[in-house]
Amino acid sequence: MSVLITVALVVLVFIIIYQIGKASEYSVILRGEEKVKAQANRVIAFLLLLLFPLGCWGIWYCNSIFQDRMLPVAACPTGVNYDSMFKVTVIVTGIVFFLTQFILFWFCFKYQSTEKRTTFFFAHNNKLELIWTTIPAIAMAILVAIGLRNWYDVTSPAPPNAMVVEVMGKQFNWMVRYPGKDNELGKRDFRKINDANNVMGLDWTDPHNMDDIISQNGELHVVVNRPVKLLICSRDVIHDVGLPHFRMKMDAVPGISTTLWFTPTITSDSMKLITKNPDFVYEISCDQLCGKGHYSMRGTIIVQTQAEYDKWMASQQTYYASNNPSAAPASDTTKAQPKNDSIKAVTMK
Amino acid sequence: MNNEEIIIEGPNVAHGAESATDHHGHEHHEQHFIWKYIFSQDHKVISRQFMVTGIIWAIIGALFSVFFRLQLGFPDSTFPIMEKFLGEWAKGGKLSPEFYYALVTMHGTILVFFVLTAGLSGTFANLLIPFQVGARDMASPFMNMLSYWFFFAASILMFASLFVETGPASGGWTTYPPLSALKEASLGSGVGMDLWLMGMALFVVSSLLGGLNYITTVLNMRTKGMTMTRMPLTVWALLFTAVLGVLSFPVLFSGVVLLIFDRNFGTSFYLSEIFIGGKALPHIGGSAILYQHLFWFLGHPEVYIIMLPGMGMASEVLSTHSRKPIFGYFAMIISLVGITLLAFVVWAHHMFVTGMSPFLGSIFVLLTLLIAVPSAVKVFNWLTTIWRGNIRFNPPMLFALGFVSLFISGGLTGIFLGNSALDIHLHDTYFVVAHFHIVMGVSAFFGMFAGAYHWFPKMFGRFMNNTLGYIHFFITFIGAYLIFWPMHYEGIAGMPRRYYDYSAWESFKHFQGVNAFISCVAIIVFFAQLLFVVNFFTSIWRGRKMTTLNPWGSTTLEWTTPIHPGHGNWEGEIPEVYRWPYDYKDDGHGNDFIPQTTPLRPGEEAH
Repeated sequence: MSVLITVALVVLVFIIIYQIGKASEYSVILRGEEKVKAQANRVIAFLLLLLFPLGCWGIWYCNSIFQDRMLPVAACPTGVNYDSMFKVTVIVTGIVFFLTQFILFWFCFKYQSTEKRTTFFFAHNNKLELIWTTIPAIAMAILVAIGLRNWYDVTSPAPPNAMVVEVMGKQFNWMVRYPGKDNELGKRDFRKINDANNVMGLDWTDPHNMDDIISQNGELHVVVNRPVKLLICSRDVIHDVGLPHFRMKMDAVPGISTTLWFTPTITSDSMKLITKNPDFVYEISCDQLCGKGHYSMRGTIIVQTQAEYDKWMASQQTYYASNNPSAAPASDTTKAQPKNDSIKAVTMK
Repeated sequence: MNNEEIIIEGPNVAHGAESATDHHGHEHHEQHFIWKYIFSQDHKVISRQFMVTGIIWAIIGALFSVFFRLQLGFPDSTFPIMEKFLGEWAKGGKLSPEFYYALVTMHGTILVFFVLTAGLSGTFANLLIPFQVGARDMASPFMNMLSYWFFFAASILMFASLFVETGPASGGWTTYPPLSALKEASLGSGVGMDLWLMGMALFVVSSLLGGLNYITTVLNMRTKGMTMTRMPLTVWALLFTAVLGVLSFPVLFSGVVLLIFDRNFGTSFYLSEIFIGGKALPHIGGSAILYQHLFWFLGHPEVYIIMLPGMGMASEVLSTHSRKPIFGYFAMIISLVGITLLAFVVWAHHMFVTGMSPFLGSIFVLLTLLIAVPSAVKVFNWLTTIWRGNIRFNPPMLFALGFVSLFISGGLTGIFLGNSALDIHLHDTYFVVAHFHIVMGVSAFFGMFAGAYHWFPKMFGRFMNNTLGYIHFFITFIGAYLIFWPMHYEGIAGMPRRYYDYSAWESFKHFQGVNAFISCVAIIVFFAQLLFVVNFFTSIWRGRKMTTLNPWGSTTLEWTTPIHPGHGNWEGEIPEVYRWPYDYKDDGHGNDFIPQTTPLRPGEEAH
């Protein structure tokens, strides 16, 4: 019933607006076309001019409401460079934006059609064209130079002392694999994947796999001020490891391995103080549409001190051990957990 | 009777008198209804067919955005009206995630391809090219007819995909595999995807048929005196649009064919090392990134295919309604050439975060930021065109001016995204959504509206209602900025695109209020577009009639045809052209313009 009333209301409003339109057409004829056109022109010219200060006010208002909803300070050096490059770009484009929009709306008002106005036949001017080709080209060149310097910085190879962690995406969660005591990730093969006891398809004939630790809750632990290199891959469709607080992201493509590295400089606890939000947590967002659960592929990053990290690592059980309790004596864990067919067995607390 | 037949049966299609070229080969004047109105080979009829089909698709595509904006703006609410429209897909009045993604996908597909490519190029290239170059019809009217009917066939398949049980395609309008290749990955990768792919294949055929025709007509069928450099900028823009399409659509076609093969014939072009649905798939060796290259090789020129006609039409409208020549005619042509060439070599700026070699990325950064230069030149030329003009603010002019403002805004944010280091953070966030909507979804649409209001008299012999036009302009212009400006901030804050719900995200849930605001404005703007549609259709029968041949005082050839041009456009000989199309100056007889068909006065130099 309410649907019918709503539809009827909408139709009514349309009919009213249409009649207003039609009525204005008749009134133009009655009052003399030229006079009405001139008046309408003046009104519209004024309204257009008004749009510019209105727009500026809107931008200022937007800036003020959004001020405390934006990201806090970047949590890694490349992120800080990012923010400064972004600011430079905003300034350059901002100047162009305000200048051209002002000119546009001002010209609309100033050169509105009037009885006495004559136009100035100005068909071309090569000097002008040269000026406004060269200046944008130079501005672009500067932005490109700054951008490429940052780009090569971000995409450079990770330092040799970087902690290496593998992040694998699947519909619809992230799995993190740590290399364990031997500091090497073992080989894996997608054909060995088994959702019950081998979610990443680790090849158990490779001894480097025996001490690897897998988190299936997407919680990535890293150490503050220590570079970390993520080896990113996917088990099924394309995903993307999005790290907004570090200003980075990288696609996770099945069949292809991608890399992303950064040095976190602010611990999760410090960030809670900086943002005045006790619930703050660094989040990993999936940034490539991967199906119906794309919006729920949430991961987290815990940036902690070396000591906290070591303590956490010591409490982790290797993936092999948690899925093969009979082989437990060979593992280096301190806690053995009962085997459980559910993959939740390896969920870390 | 469907809409089409009613419109075409209107007074416009006056039956042609003896035409100089009798390329239909019919012996007598009377054509059967089917050949005259349905499978018509007359470019004017075909242009109206494209326009109406485009309008219908635009309403559907925009309606989808209203639905998913309701979900985004009010994720905790239910809307019984959605269940009325969408049934199972919105059980309990709330969109299911699968169908949310299907709506988002189809919104993009419909608006980018079916409205802004077919509805824009199809309508205006067909309407304006023969008129403005002085031809009686296109080079191949038969192929032209086929281009519309292939578009119609593509539309049928696409429309059908909306009603299949597993739902329409839902992998985004970009349809990346493996998501789109594997039925196990998503409901929307079932039958709906097959229909989508086949629909796109037919669509590409339609575009090619049209594009080849437009190029040939411009190059071969110009009237006497119409040299290339006396063509209006609209024709130049439509020519380059067609070139872009002809060279890039086949690559999309190949990408689509390979995807069809991967889906149905066991190939591994895009698939490698996949475990899904509980088992490891046998595919090895393919690359999902290959699809992205093939897709974006079209995808980037596609956005210029969308942009260029609007640029051409805006140039025309700005010039006519400020009573001044377009400033820098040659510079405008050269910048069109620059944009066309560069459009082909920047595609991988959509792929900066796929793991590509950094060196390759830097090349694309350079080329992408280069393309900003000709675009900037065009903006400055438009501004100089209105400088010291005598501006008449009718709806076409307002939309052309709005076009410039929006192109400035959207173009500048492109500079952020083209710089790869900045793109790393902004990729797949709402910053991208804001950028492409302002530049395609609004600016290009404004170009289309400018053209629609300006050439409506030529299409139907009547005017659209001015007051409704003003209301349409102000609501849409202000509304569009209100919708898309805040999205930039959300993107800068890293808020990802294509998310059904942000409530579980500590980093993004505080944007809920903004999302609700955007949704409210979007609904209002949607209704303003319906106002345009009502204006459009009622004006066809009840609009104020055209009483003079050239109501806008324009210099170009289409205004020398009769108010209701028949088959063959001009009743006698096709006029000869003596001057360029922008002689907006005193003709010595009280007019402030000199049409192209007026011979040079003694002592006057050609421009």
